[in-house]
Formats: sequence, structure tokens, C-alpha cells
Amino acid sequence: MRMRMMKMLLLLGLCCGPVCCGQNQSDPRDQRVFPVLSVNYDYVQMPFEVSLWILLASLLKLGFHLLPRLSAVVPESCLLIVVGLLVGGLIRVMGKKPPVLDSQLFFLCLLPPIILDAGYFLPLRPFTENAGTILSFAVLGTLWNTFFTGALLYACRPAALELLPCLLFGSIVSAVDPVAVLAVFEEIHINELLHILVFGESLLNDAVTVVLYHLFEEFAHAGEVTAGDVFLGVVCFFVVALGGVLVGGVYGVLAAFTSRFTSHTRVIEPLFVFLYSYMAYLSAEVFHLSGIMALIACGVIMRPYVEANISHKSYTTIKYFLKMWSSVSETLIFVFLGVSTVAGPHAWNWTFVTITIVLCLLSRVLGVVGLTFIINKYRMVKLSGKDQFIVAYGGLRGAIAFSLAFLLSSDDFPMKDMFLTAIITVIFFTVFVQGMTIRPLVDLLAVKKRKESKCSINEEIHTQFLEHLLAGIEGVCGHYGHHHWRDKLNRFNKRYIKRCLIGGERSQEPQLVSFYNKMELKQALMLLESNSSANLSTAVTAAAPRLESGERLRSGSFFFSERSAGEVNARRKPSVKFSLEPPKPPRGPEHLLEEDEELMHRRH
Amino acid sequence: MGSRASSLLREEDIEEIKRETGFSHSQITRLYSRFHSLDKGENGALSREDFQRIPELAINPLGDRIINAFFPEGEDQVNFRGFMRTLAHFRPVEDNEKNKNLTSGEPLNSRANKLLFAFRLYDLDRDDKISRDELLQVLRMMVGVNISDEQLGSIADRTIQEADTNGDMCISFSEFTKVLEKVDVEQKMSIRFLH
Repeated sequence: MRMRMMKMLLLLGLCCGPVCCGQNQSDPRDQRVFPVLSVNYDYVQMPFEVSLWILLASLLKLGFHLLPRLSAVVPESCLLIVVGLLVGGLIRVMGKKPPVLDSQLFFLCLLPPIILDAGYFLPLRPFTENAGTILSFAVLGTLWNTFFTGALLYACRPAALELLPCLLFGSIVSAVDPVAVLAVFEEIHINELLHILVFGESLLNDAVTVVLYHLFEEFAHAGEVTAGDVFLGVVCFFVVALGGVLVGGVYGVLAAFTSRFTSHTRVIEPLFVFLYSYMAYLSAEVFHLSGIMALIACGVIMRPYVEANISHKSYTTIKYFLKMWSSVSETLIFVFLGVSTVAGPHAWNWTFVTITIVLCLLSRVLGVVGLTFIINKYRMVKLSGKDQFIVAYGGLRGAIAFSLAFLLSSDDFPMKDMFLTAIITVIFFTVFVQGMTIRPLVDLLAVKKRKESKCSINEEIHTQFLEHLLAGIEGVCGHYGHHHWRDKLNRFNKRYIKRCLIGGERSQEPQLVSFYNKMELKQALMLLESNSSANLSTAVTAAAPRLESGERLRSGSFFFSERSAGEVNARRKPSVKFSLEPPKPPRGPEHLLEEDEELMHRRH
Repeated sequence: MGSRASSLLREEDIEEIKRETGFSHSQITRLYSRFHSLDKGENGALSREDFQRIPELAINPLGDRIINAFFPEGEDQVNFRGFMRTLAHFRPVEDNEKNKNLTSGEPLNSRANKLLFAFRLYDLDRDDKISRDELLQVLRMMVGVNISDEQLGSIADRTIQEADTNGDMCISFSEFTKVLEKVDVEQKMSIRFLH
């Protein structure tokens, strides 16, 4: 007892020693009372404020979903901007200066998670099938928008602007923003084709925007433009786009290769995915290449190999972390957009703003209609008028435009404030007006909605069957088309690449079998979560140890299928129809597991 | 028969094929030159060996079945009309076709006919049902040799279970169509024949 007391006193003395010394350093002579409680806010200010913002954003998300009537009418992005305005107003009223959306913070911290999430879960089949259309909208559409807006703005001369600033403004304001598109389109559930067209365009136009922005900025700085410069601009576009893809590809291959050896350290597997992707983005940004395209390329390339190598738990971790980060990022972006509106210096110019909005809408509509007219000659499934309307109407502008404008230097561009105000107005217009009205318009025009489809082994088998069939028929016709090259790529992938990048026996596994295994695994997990009838407990306990080790349910699925074959023979008891009609999964993040991974769901 | 004159394409033939299949004039002539280049025996008809010489079919897992699809029941030769009739299934569906009056009633490249063509590739014995064995054969061709029979069997069982609605352990054509209703067959089963 005394020993313990002595030890405690000793400890206290040791603690007090340095504390008292610390105190005494500032006041060697004064005899102050020992402060039991002291406040030192500066020490934690930065992380504290960041956490507070993120907490606020997350609480807002919770709040919206508790008000069902509101969230059915108004898209979340609008509500978040309004909240941002309120918060900004509050800060202003308190007398402090509200923070502005710092471009560096935006481009380096807030944007990458959203793009990685989009790229990693990009539905590859519809994307490649419509690649030509998407590319032409992204490249030609953005170019058209830029020059049309810039030229007409110069012709109207609202504030005695020169040509180059007009063109620069045109390039900033004409790019369709992936964040805004994702936020709005996700809630309206239109069919896959339109979703991938608008979304793909918003992702791929980054290369064009980056090139045009830097080009016009340089020209404005230099003062003179020669034909050689224009030619270099075109070359620059190819370098930026292809370079970005190359950088992303290299990092993607590295990530896939690394994941081959992670079987003994499963815990850090997700970290590799995130780090390699982020490094791809940063490396591309070092050379002013398109970071977005690097990120997309990295995600797309590494996904099939990484998923074959990592454990199921890591896969779930990656999925949830990506969804979480991108969700928080998106919320923060919109809130900050609202706050920055209150904060930023504004220079309101009625003519400029109205002309900008009108020109944006006009150029978008003309661009989409014109391009579709040309593209439809080469498409097998033509785009109808309704599709064109949705594509045109879905061209939302967002925070990227704002950040790019914010990056302009005030010396070269004295009208920067006017630009910022106009861009904010355009963003508000597109997000509020177009974002809110697109849902009733989609219902009014009876646009095809996304069909809720469960994973179907039939669809997978028959789709692969058709791919082989079409590749064969193309061979018969002597026609080297889409199917031929896809078949060649698949074969090359199977023979050489999979051997290098996928470890163990998984490298020989055909796609069909891995799809089937994944399906069985999902069903098994659903069973475990929904506590179905007692005579399946043996099935569950047999499968459970295999799930624990995170390995593929090879013999587990065989076990299930034995049962299912038994059921089939015994004239199916309806109570044990687990493979066809599983019990309804609980609402909540768990049921994200069962959903088709190809779909990009964010919140439920 | 066998003379050079009969292997050349006549205008009446082109017109008939156009009416039957819906291909345009230039497409027919282009495909005829392809037919001619495949026809090594120069007798106006293709045999199975001619098809097997095509490299893409040799490495295709479904190569044999595709070749068989060109040949009508029990025959060993396919002439140009038959060749075009099979290829007509893969023409893209056009909206204005719904108004045209084709001789055969429903055009060969309609969604139903495309699906029927694919169905017949599974259903070798032509009993209008895909049995478990027929499904297993196709799966084995697509998947290769590394997978065990049991695992393939479980995949086949699962597939039939998912599709089968009338409980006969086989997939009929209507069940096949239903399962593929969400798949964009018009796009997946079409080839862009250059004009």
C-alpha cells in the first residue's frame, strides 16, 4: 500500500516537473498558481476546423434523409449549396471572413476521391461500346462550346473584353462538370446509356479543358498568337490526354502487380489501391497532364487484376472507403461553393451574366444536336430526340469551373471578379434550375429509366456467347470491327497479362467462373445476414470458415449447388429457395454488397 | 453448273437478295466478293472446309457451331443466297424498317429472329429446348479445359434454375427471350456492314 502511494507520488512529481519547468520558462520570477485547466486552441486549430467542417457536412447528409419530402423534390446538391450560403452568411455576420474554396485544396484533396470512385466503378462495357460517341461529345463538343461562347461573347462586347479573355472564359465555363453530373444524375435513375454518355463526357473533357485553359492563359500572357502556337496547342492536347492515360496505366499495372504479393498482409491491401491511384493523379498533375484521365485509366486498368488478387474483405473495404470519401468530398465541395459565394469579391454585370447564361445554353443545345446528327450515321442504336434533350439538359457546370476561374491571376485578368461572379451564376443556374427540373422532365418525357437488375448468370453467359458469336461472324465477313478487336484484346489479356498480374491459380480462371463464384459468395453473405430457416444452419457453418479466411468459395459453392441440385430434384420446397428468391435484405449499407457493382450508387 | 457465268452475280439475284434480306446494293456486292474469295473451289458454293480456313473461326470457341449455322439441314454446301440469309440476322435494326413491306413478313434482323438464331446455336437437336447437356457443351467450349465437370455442372444447374419458369429443367425459347429482355440484343447482335 505504501509502495503504491510512493510510486504514485513519484509519477506525479515526474509529471509536474516538466510542466512546471515549462511554465517557469516563460515566467521565471512570478509564482503563479498551477493551472489545472488551460486552453491552447492554436495547437489543434487546423485539424479541429477540418474535422468540424467534415462533421458538419456528414450531419447535413443525415439531416436531409430524415426529411423525405424535401429530398424527393430538391436534389441534394442544391440543398448543400443553400446550407453553404447560410453558413457563409453566418460567418459574415459574426464578423469574420468566410473561407473561400481554395483551388489547391479542391484539386488535390476534394476532387480525386470522387474521380477515383467514378473511375474504379466505371461500367466498362457500356463505356467501351459508346466510346466513340463519348469522345466526340467530350472533345468536339467542348471545343465547339468554347469557341462559340468565346466568339459570341467577344462579338457582343459586354465589358470591352479582348478576344483572348473571352475565349479563356469560354473554355472555363463550357466544361461539363463530373461532380455536378454525378450528384444530380444519380438521383434520377435514367437508363444506362444516357448516364454513361453524359458522365463519360464530363470525365473525358478534362483533357480538353486543361489544354485550352493553359493555352489561352499562356497566350494572354504572351500577347501574340501565331499559327505555330495553335499547332502546338493541338499537339499539346494529344500529349495531355495520352500522357495522362499512360501515367494512369503505368500506376495501374504497378498496383495490379503489387497486389499479387499481398496474400500475407491482407490488411494493407486497400492502401495500395488508394496510394497508387493518388500518386497517378499527382504525377500527372506535375507535368500538367490530365490528372482526371490518369485516375480513370489507373482505376479501370487495375480493377480486374486487383479484384482477382485481394481478399473479399479488402474488396469491401475499398468499396466502402471510396464511397465514403467521395460522398464527403462531394458534400464539402457544394457547401464550400455556397460559402465562397458569400465570401468572394463580386463584380456584378447584368449584361455579361445574362449573355453568358444564354450562350451556355444555346451552345450546348446546338452542339449536342449537331454532333448527334453526325454521330447517328455511325451508331447502331441511334440517339433519339429525347436522348439528345437529356444529354443537352444534363450538361451541368460545377466546382471545377469555379476553381479554374479562381486560379486566374488578377494581374493578367483584371476582370477576374466579373468572371467569378458570372461563373457562380451559371453554376447556380445549372444546378438549381436544371438540376431541380430534370427529374419531372424525365418523368414527363417518359425517358427510359434504369432497370433494376440483379446479377444474372444467364445474362453473363449469353452475353459472352454473343460476343464470341459476333467475333466469329465478323471473321466470316472479313470485317475487322469492334468485336474482332475486343476478342483479340481478351485473348491477349488471358494469355500474357493475367499470368503476370494475377497470382496463384486465379490467373487461369475464366471470367465466367469468377463471376459465378462472386455470385455464390454474395448469396452466402446475404443468407448469413438475413438469418434464414434453420435447416440451412449446416450450410452456413460449413461455408463460414471459408468466408473467414477470405478465400474464394470453391468447394463452398459446390456445397450450395449440391443442395440446389437436391432441391431441384426434390421438387423445390418454397421455404428453401435461397438461390432464386433470397429474403429481402435489410435496408442499409449492407445491401450495397448485393447490388450490381457496375452501378454507381452512392447513398441509400 | 460450275461454269464461270453461273458464279457471277446477276442483277435479278441482287434484287431478290435485297428484298429478302434488306441489304443495300453495295453491301451485297461487297459481301459477294468476300464470298468469292472464300470459295476456293470456285463452284459458287462454300463447303465446311472453306469456313474452317478462316483464322478467326479456327480460334473461336464457338467456331464449329457458327459454321454449322450457315448450312441448312443436312446439306454440305451453302450458296450465296444462303450465306446472305444467315448474315442478314446481323444487320442493325433500323427504325424505318418497320414500315417497309418485306416478302418474308418479319424481317430477318428483328429482335425475335436474332434471338432465335442464337437459341438455335445452343439447341443442336432442334427440339426447341436447351437441355442441361446442350448447355454444358456450350459452357465447356467457352470455359476451356481447366474447370472441373462438377463446377461446370453447378453453373449449368444454376443457369437453368434461374431461367426455368415451367419446371421442365430445360430452357425454352420464350424463357430464353425473357432472360435476355434486359440485354440490348439489337446492339449486341449487330455488325456494322460498311455501305
